[in-house]
Amino acid sequence: MIPGIGNLTQDTLWCFSQVKGTIDIGVTEADIISTVEFNHTGELLATGDKGGRVVIFQREQESKNQLHRRGEYNVYSTFQSHEPEFDYLKSLEIEEKINKIRWLPQQNAAYFLLSTNDKTVKLWKVSERDKRPEGYNLKDEDGRLRDPATITTLRVPVLRPMDLMVEATPRRVFANAHTYHINSISVNSDYETYMSADDLRINLWNFEITNQSFNIVDIKPANMEELTEVITAAEFHPLHCNTFVYSSSKGTIRLCDMRASALCDRHTKFFEEPEDPSNRSFFSEIISSISDVKFSHSGRYIMTRDYLTVKVWDLNMENRPIETYQVHDYLRSKLCSLYENDCIFDKFECVWNGSDSVIMTGSYNNFFRMFDRNTKRDVTLEASRENSKPRAILKPRKVCVGGKRRKDEISVDSLDFSKKILHTAWHPSENIIAVAATNNLYIFQDKVN
Amino acid sequence: MFARGIKRKCFDGEEDIEGTLAGFKSVPSYNLQRQSLLDMSLVKLQLCHMLVEPNLCRSVLIANTVRQIQEEMTQDGTWQVINAQNTGQASLDRLVSSDILCRSTKEQGEGKLVPSYSSFSKDFEDIQSQDIISDLSTVASVQAPRNPQSNVWEMENPQENRGNFQKSLDQIFETLENKNPNSVEDLFSDVDNSYYDLDTVLTGMMSNTKMGHCDVLESFSSQTTTNSNSNCKSDINELDHIVEILVES
Repeated sequence: MIPGIGNLTQDTLWCFSQVKGTIDIGVTEADIISTVEFNHTGELLATGDKGGRVVIFQREQESKNQLHRRGEYNVYSTFQSHEPEFDYLKSLEIEEKINKIRWLPQQNAAYFLLSTNDKTVKLWKVSERDKRPEGYNLKDEDGRLRDPATITTLRVPVLRPMDLMVEATPRRVFANAHTYHINSISVNSDYETYMSADDLRINLWNFEITNQSFNIVDIKPANMEELTEVITAAEFHPLHCNTFVYSSSKGTIRLCDMRASALCDRHTKFFEEPEDPSNRSFFSEIISSISDVKFSHSGRYIMTRDYLTVKVWDLNMENRPIETYQVHDYLRSKLCSLYENDCIFDKFECVWNGSDSVIMTGSYNNFFRMFDRNTKRDVTLEASRENSKPRAILKPRKVCVGGKRRKDEISVDSLDFSKKILHTAWHPSENIIAVAATNNLYIFQDKVN
Repeated sequence: MFARGIKRKCFDGEEDIEGTLAGFKSVPSYNLQRQSLLDMSLVKLQLCHMLVEPNLCRSVLIANTVRQIQEEMTQDGTWQVINAQNTGQASLDRLVSSDILCRSTKEQGEGKLVPSYSSFSKDFEDIQSQDIISDLSTVASVQAPRNPQSNVWEMENPQENRGNFQKSLDQIFETLENKNPNSVEDLFSDVDNSYYDLDTVLTGMMSNTKMGHCDVLESFSSQTTTNSNSNCKSDINELDHIVEILVES
């Protein structure tokens, strides 16, 4: 596999780097990781979990002493982003689970990110404090006010170093704009606006304004009984601030231009692949439902993930994708069982590498897959504690479909469907990936020679 | 979570079966499997009501699947119109264990599995229809997600021998009839009763998010007039409680 940057033609070897999280067999539901995202430089890696917490890891500076070790990610900040809420009108709980985290580009010393649960988006500021002022005149070191009558001299407060403290403060709360569950947020390339999408509507926000948002897409039918399609994901174009896409549960993608009208119910482009009649079954629609849509870094392509495949579409061609990759086609004959245990509704995400040459997505049994778009080669790797020795090279895994099972292969019936890799992230410029396996976060890097 | 290894095989070769069928679908197991899928889907729609708002995408996909099956069955002529009054008890037959999926047709008493989904099909076409509510209250109350949920999932447990279909049916009746009114009330006293009617469930998952406080009151009042079991009293109490909260705020 061709590495992200570079001209080597040999396959990339992926090595274990780190794993975060406990090894306990009984997993606390709150610790299950629900989103993973690198920031724009790759210096920071954020995770959100079902308990509403955000943990940010920071890459340490590469030291000259350890030439063979790339910078490791260590905990930088942990904070509670969302709390569970109760909607009294509907007698329903609002989960605190963090559905998505998106970073803003860095504009000053502080870091900003958006985090969202089902109903509320929050803008968090993460900043460092390593100095504090000492020597105030009107208050003493404990903060108690001094009696002005006792002050006989004046001094200038000085900044003294202190232990590094990383603070996270909520700067904006964008609430009460979504009737349905938010599935996506996306920061616009103008860095002034962002969108939030729920099952039926997409809203446009200005970062500075929390009590108003513009509704730009609304697919709610007048009569809810006629509802047959929902929005599953949405994203802004990385370069054109007027363009965004959203995907649906019927396997379609719509590209919209906000210059065309205020309410973008009429799409500019409509991407749909004609159905293959030979593969038709009662589950056809369910497996065509798109669980994730991502623009390439170049903005020329979009990638979509449905239950069994990943597809790459050229923005200039609407009638079919230009590339289709089978993630785990051996599940096609198991769809009924997967429908019964609800696995067929699992929403897998997909990611591009920095140069848009390799795409990655997760599967079951803690397997994840990478597809090289140039060489057309693919690999299946596993995130497991067994492969957790430092710099251990990950061995490609193979699923045996039928007939004779070879020694290292695993048969389809032995796959563990409770171990699913739904969330992964790829460093923006290097071959470093973060893979969320239930409550553990694995970090893998390519082999450094 | 789920045990390693999914052993179910039946229905998974469905594409082959579909290919050999023409017109009326002469292979009995296809109808059986389709029926089971329909049953499973309906159970899923009802069981998706928990404390947290159900996943709308999942509900829509399941509902679309049900519609698709219903359309096909209508075209086949296997969708029989049966007097809705008689389906009160018989509808419980439709809660077929998913083990049926893997059972050979020989073991099945074909007579038991005559489709009688007219009441359910009416739901999808006219969900707001009030006259369906009372017919389905017997069925719907089985679906109460708390206690009987374990019964429903037990039915689908492949470990136990479910060869005796009647046995699982008896379990449902037992749950319903052996509970005295008081204990049922206690069981459900802190749960929103409006979710126990099938049509409210189906409407609710589609449209509960659009209910303003007026609609909430309406649905509660429709509950109190048509709900025939002992939960009537608790409904009225809950209605008063809700009104109190709204008036005070």
